Amino acid sequence: MTSFGTVRLIAGREISTRLRSKVFRIATLVIILILVGIAVATKLAGGGPSYQDVGIAPGAAPLTAAIASTASAIHVDVRTHAVREDAGRQQVRDGKLDALLVGAPGSIQVVVKTSLGDDLRSVLQLVAQRAALDRQVTALGGDPARVATAVSAAAVSVTALEPPKKATGEQLAIGILTSVLIYLALVLNGQAVAQGVVEEKTSRVVEILLGAVRPWQLMIGKVLGLGAVGLIQVAAIALAGVAAAVATGVLHLHSLSTAGAIVWLLVWFLLGYAAFSLAFAAVASLVSRQEEVAAATTPVLMLLVVGYVVGVSILPGHPGSPLVAVLSMIPIFAPTLMPVRLALGAAPAWQVAVSLAGVVVVIPLLLWVAARIYRNAVLRSGARVRLRDAWRAS
Amino acid sequence: MERQLEIDRVSKRYGDVVALHGITFEVRAGEIFGLVGSNGAGKTTAMRVALGVLEADAGAVRWDRRPIGPETRRRIGYMPEERGLYPRMRVGEQLVYLARLHGMTPAAARAAVDRWVERLGVAGRRDDDVIKLSLGNQQRVQLAAALAHDPEILVLDEPFSGLDPVAVDVMSGVLRDQADAGVPVMFSSHQLDLVQRLCDRVGIVRQGRMVAVGTVDELRDQGQDELIVRAPAAPPGWAAQLPGVTVVEESGAGTRLALHDGADDQAILRAALETGPVHEFTRARPSLTDLFRHIVSAKDEEGERK
Repeated sequence: MTSFGTVRLIAGREISTRLRSKVFRIATLVIILILVGIAVATKLAGGGPSYQDVGIAPGAAPLTAAIASTASAIHVDVRTHAVREDAGRQQVRDGKLDALLVGAPGSIQVVVKTSLGDDLRSVLQLVAQRAALDRQVTALGGDPARVATAVSAAAVSVTALEPPKKATGEQLAIGILTSVLIYLALVLNGQAVAQGVVEEKTSRVVEILLGAVRPWQLMIGKVLGLGAVGLIQVAAIALAGVAAAVATGVLHLHSLSTAGAIVWLLVWFLLGYAAFSLAFAAVASLVSRQEEVAAATTPVLMLLVVGYVVGVSILPGHPGSPLVAVLSMIPIFAPTLMPVRLALGAAPAWQVAVSLAGVVVVIPLLLWVAARIYRNAVLRSGARVRLRDAWRAS
Repeated sequence: MERQLEIDRVSKRYGDVVALHGITFEVRAGEIFGLVGSNGAGKTTAMRVALGVLEADAGAVRWDRRPIGPETRRRIGYMPEERGLYPRMRVGEQLVYLARLHGMTPAAARAAVDRWVERLGVAGRRDDDVIKLSLGNQQRVQLAAALAHDPEILVLDEPFSGLDPVAVDVMSGVLRDQADAGVPVMFSSHQLDLVQRLCDRVGIVRQGRMVAVGTVDELRDQGQDELIVRAPAAPPGWAAQLPGVTVVEESGAGTRLALHDGADDQAILRAALETGPVHEFTRARPSLTDLFRHIVSAKDEEGERK
């Protein structure tokens, strides 16, 4: 059998075992539920846009089309309802309508329960101004429709001298989501690699396996198999999260930037996973009991935690922070920081390139080091093997 | 020359501990070779080196006069001392997986696994996780894992420990069949009566060296014969001054004497008759157990004197 065939066989076992694992299924489901929960809670708390119901009495009916088009032009969601005036007044009192328009197009009156919301006030203000403008244009002998076309075609072009200091709310949401998700994904899947390595040592099955395959084949097969499942997991979680956010209206799907954030998330997950899972495999091969896994993997875990904490604590307030910019170009922290900066739209192309190149260079180096430590330590059961001994022993 | 597995002057140290000290022996195709020795003598290390799981510091392991490489390694069936299987993987699936890792096609692996679980009496448990099986059944599965890929060489570390008498018979039968089919079978054990019964040749390991190796008969010939004398009227210590023997054990049931080389057993009989009636006078070759005790204790004294 070729090396490729061997590695594929090992990876295949990892994939089927992991997909069948209850812990894995439950963890994935819980993360998805949390994301959906956040989206729903945000919606219920009124953070997101919702519809405003406007009743229109027969006298004001000619304005219906103008209200609908004006509202959509300035991103306010308005539903119009044709009602009789007395019924409408009752509905406003009952809270079923946010506002009722009465009177004629020339003199609009708005009936509300207590006060008129800012969004709706802007819409109605614009409609009233537009009606007044149309009347003046007609009085001067012009064509209101042509004027309207000319007006809507006029726009300013914006030249930014510096990138924006503050990210928009949506970028911020996607950025924080990215940060949490990539951290969770790297920790969960890295730990799965570590536990898998130790499980083989504890059960001594590694002795049988290494009678048939080389140590590096076993390590790579495990990393690839768990990585494939991890990639599917991250993609599923990200898509489920975005779908929930869009469905509840928490996020407006500006499809390109959201898709970009997801693609970057997956790319950085793959790179981060490749680097960190190798480190996890190497340190895990030093110990023989599940109880020791946590202690052995702590140093690697800390590197992930530092990147994550810096990311969530500094980036939302200061997307352009020079400290984070520098850290995000160091291969150790790049996987936890760069995807967040990308989601916030705060990373210049050259920094992204430096950071990508760094990780791509580090991975083969890590592979070499991890394979050496793993090969020397994985058959030594009993007491924890010191890193130095595992490195030196031939 | 027939094919044989040669362990040639192999040395291995773990830090300051020397586990193997230039150990040399060979296992011929078609024979069962028993490796015996005290705990920590180096049996397991020798097997791991033979298997290629451990790399020797010096020396060589050859099969059919060629150093063992990765391809030969896959043709070895191995049963580690501390049993090794994935606890939460089904028996059948696991055996097929291991057979495929050893290079079998999926179809051949499934057929071989069917055959072996049937032969070893665990066919009914193939859909259970390994962890749900009794220790004895886990051991049968472990043997199936060593055999499923139709190995050219068998290396088994303590295959009999913890087995009930029926399972011991099954295991013995399988090992004999494999040897008859031309496979060199090497196993270690502390059950010396079993080794004496089953093995064609035996090697005794002590502190990383092979101190005695040969057929069971050859080894027993090396040791001193024993005399068992039952003379009820003999006073205690009657045999202590006799020439050519050493008292091994004296009790109400009789006296056990080690007979030195060239000593005259008939003189001992006459001396016994002088004390009164003699109800039993037996000359016996030492058992492997006696021999093992003798070799290990003699060398220990030697070692302490240095």
